[in-house]
Amino acid sequence: MNIKINNKKISALKGQTILEVARANKIKIPSLCYHPDLDVRAGCRVCVVEVKGRDKLCTACSTAILEGMEIFTDSERVIKSRSLNVEMLFASHAEKCVDCTLRFNCTLLDLARDYNLKIARFSDRKINRKTYKFANAVEIDGTQCIDCSNCISACDKQGISFLKMEGNGCNQEVKQNKDNHSACIYCGQCANVCPVAAAQEQGEWKQVEADLKDNKKIVVAQFAPAVRVSLGEEFGMPYGVNCTKKINTALKILGFSHVFDVNFGADITTMTEAEELVERLNNKKAVFPMTTSCCPAWVAYAESYHPELLPNLTTARSPHIHSAGAIKSYFAKKNKIDAKKIIVVSIVPCTSKKYEAARPELKYEGRPLVDHVLTTREFAFILKKNKIDFKNLADSETDPIFNDGSGAAAIYGASGGVMESALRSAISMACKGSKNKLCSSRLEFKEVRGLKGLKEASVNLAGHKLKIAVVNGIGHFEQLLPKLNQYHYIEVMACPGGCLGGGGQPMPTTDVIRKQRLEGMYKIDSGKSVRRAHENRQMTEYYDWVKKNKLSAKLLHTKFSAKKR
Amino acid sequence: MAKKNIIQKIDEVGLVGRGGAGYPTALKWMAVKNALKKKKVGFIVVNGAEGEPGVKKDGYLLANKTEEVVNGVYLAYQFLDSTKIKKIHFFLKAEYYKAYSKKIKEVLKNKKYRLFYDKVEFFCKPETPSYICGEETAIVNIIEGHRPEPRLKPPFPADSGMNYHPTLINNVETFYNVSLIDKGDYEGKRLYTLTGAVKHKGVFSLSASISAEEILRDTRNYPDFDFFVMTGGEVCGELLRSDQLQAPVEGSGLLMVFDKKKTDYKKLLNYWLKFYETESCGACTACREGTYRLHELANKPEYDKQMFDDLIHNLEESSLCSLGSSLPVTVKSYFENIQIK
Repeated sequence: MNIKINNKKISALKGQTILEVARANKIKIPSLCYHPDLDVRAGCRVCVVEVKGRDKLCTACSTAILEGMEIFTDSERVIKSRSLNVEMLFASHAEKCVDCTLRFNCTLLDLARDYNLKIARFSDRKINRKTYKFANAVEIDGTQCIDCSNCISACDKQGISFLKMEGNGCNQEVKQNKDNHSACIYCGQCANVCPVAAAQEQGEWKQVEADLKDNKKIVVAQFAPAVRVSLGEEFGMPYGVNCTKKINTALKILGFSHVFDVNFGADITTMTEAEELVERLNNKKAVFPMTTSCCPAWVAYAESYHPELLPNLTTARSPHIHSAGAIKSYFAKKNKIDAKKIIVVSIVPCTSKKYEAARPELKYEGRPLVDHVLTTREFAFILKKNKIDFKNLADSETDPIFNDGSGAAAIYGASGGVMESALRSAISMACKGSKNKLCSSRLEFKEVRGLKGLKEASVNLAGHKLKIAVVNGIGHFEQLLPKLNQYHYIEVMACPGGCLGGGGQPMPTTDVIRKQRLEGMYKIDSGKSVRRAHENRQMTEYYDWVKKNKLSAKLLHTKFSAKKR
Repeated sequence: MAKKNIIQKIDEVGLVGRGGAGYPTALKWMAVKNALKKKKVGFIVVNGAEGEPGVKKDGYLLANKTEEVVNGVYLAYQFLDSTKIKKIHFFLKAEYYKAYSKKIKEVLKNKKYRLFYDKVEFFCKPETPSYICGEETAIVNIIEGHRPEPRLKPPFPADSGMNYHPTLINNVETFYNVSLIDKGDYEGKRLYTLTGAVKHKGVFSLSASISAEEILRDTRNYPDFDFFVMTGGEVCGELLRSDQLQAPVEGSGLLMVFDKKKTDYKKLLNYWLKFYETESCGACTACREGTYRLHELANKPEYDKQMFDDLIHNLEESSLCSLGSSLPVTVKSYFENIQIK
């Protein structure tokens, strides 16, 4: 189709919207509520444009192009209406800019600058609204909400529908849906689609800053597999670029005494989980299918919605809890440091890890294993706030006595990655003593990779024919339920794409972006010389130490309990 | 055979929807019929939401012309393809739901409607917001269990309505007229609700093409005092002076007479703005925030007229649905035609 935008001839595809065509041609049309992953609601009215021959302005996000259409994106009419709509939105959004983690990428502020808006033209009308906190993970601040409903759509997409718009017009408010007995699983997908940080993680960066200034404390940082392939986006780097070595440097500049890699912890998880899988396979009374449990949002889902499945969850702890345990026990002992002085800060793509870190069963010597959890977004905010030129930082390595994990750990952040890592090690364990040299040769399991919602496969594990499934996004779990008994091993990740699409990741996160982060992870894996967790020598040294000192229960395993909805 | 050419008959007399928007009924029916050629399932919704304050015509018909209304729906059912229409929803304002459901069911017990009756369901309109719940896509949302707010158009319900299936939604009066057309009794009339400072209040059936002035005279309601009239609806309509009454009455067919001397103008303006503010579904910025700010402004002792006009203009330009764009019609007609400077 041939159309004109601002008098410029453009050819486009039938079915595309004005916004899609404009963005593909680098013509800027601002928008707030538009998100490629969600159904278009066209509520914010910021992307209005003028279409020749139409009386009213049209929203670019919802208007399909027609042959010969002539569009004006910045005419006087457009600017007048767009500006007024944004000014009114400013008046329903209490400006808390100083502490806002979205401050450096705020569309509202950009619009105010670009259109020279009077942001205080109308009085703030929501200043007395409540903030709803969901555990210690996520919150919805009613004083900042611009009523776009993206959070509700994201939660519906997850199949949870914990959020609901109550009331109508200027009195409406996003609240907990009390009609459907739903439970928040803290996945933070709402926060990842909120254009104005009304739905957001419960920030801990202030506590981290305070701890860094406290010289009685030894503040240690560790960062998760999915952070390294997404953080660069916040600094204008291409999608999927591996920033591991720059992150090490950045954390040192911020003043962390030691920098570790959660990938090391991921190898501990794989080791523990693969051992359990093989044990279950050799035990006729064992419960099947075994499921992963490293996604705390999935754990929260199981505890709230399917307590009958709790015996199916692997007792292996999640990666950052594992590595925190290694830091506070093994590392502290070897370096003669008082574990009580160590503050572990995890940097993760996730909001539910905040909730996980506060779980009572995940303590060491009476104190939490992980003291603070920062999302990728919070971390980027701290870096920007401290004016760290991340893109141009020099490389550096993690601190001894741990390393940055195997290739298997690198793919933990992708849906299917935990399954693949566990299978790589489980095959070797199950084939131990086998005379067949091919028995344990298999490395890659491409059938569990990718962004499909539900992935199924059969694999041969030393003679055991294993049926496996990978649930990519909690919304796909229920369809698996009727045939659950057919499987031996299931991976569940609550966020679409796995941790790389986590609720704490940079915005926007879309399928196009997920794919590039994913490719970044598999690239790290294929470039590693050690690609199986159990071949990570530093990890096995720690693992053997734990076993020798009979600390397995204290450091390797966890438990779950049913929760009321 | 009468039912074979019902669409031609409707087309011939040029019937338009009586809900307010005035869309040609024959076109709407054909759109659904064509959409059903490619789909297996369709729906019919009888819109008895009557959300416009003051208007009582649909209630009048449900009470007094039940048989004709039901027959009109049945004609649509047969025309569209009785095998494909899965459900017929009577979507009624709470007051009508309570008062007339039983009466409609009595009519449906007629042998003629045997198979049809099984597919009929009654649906009671939510109390708030009340106005937007009469908008056809909002009705679809409500019946499907979603929030009462309009959907983006296109797609139109004719192509993708209830559960994405072709859906015919017509006003009660439209179906009534179809029945009259079928029997050859249609005389080009529509129902007018007369209210306000008139002697003879009520619902009157008169020609759809006569002027507002003629309606007032024919119903012996032409005032003998200085007056102005709200036409169309009590809230979504146009204010006209007594010398501006030459055009036919559109919208929901309401005429409300105001005594010029006895009218509290500020109160009147406030009533509209308050109504729009409470009735806004909240989906779009222009209406949700705009109606709030207009009401806020109008209540200030001295207000910024420029800002007021900007907000009105912005509703015309960028509101999502017709509720938002009807406020400017009302308020502008007030300032242009009536307000005494």
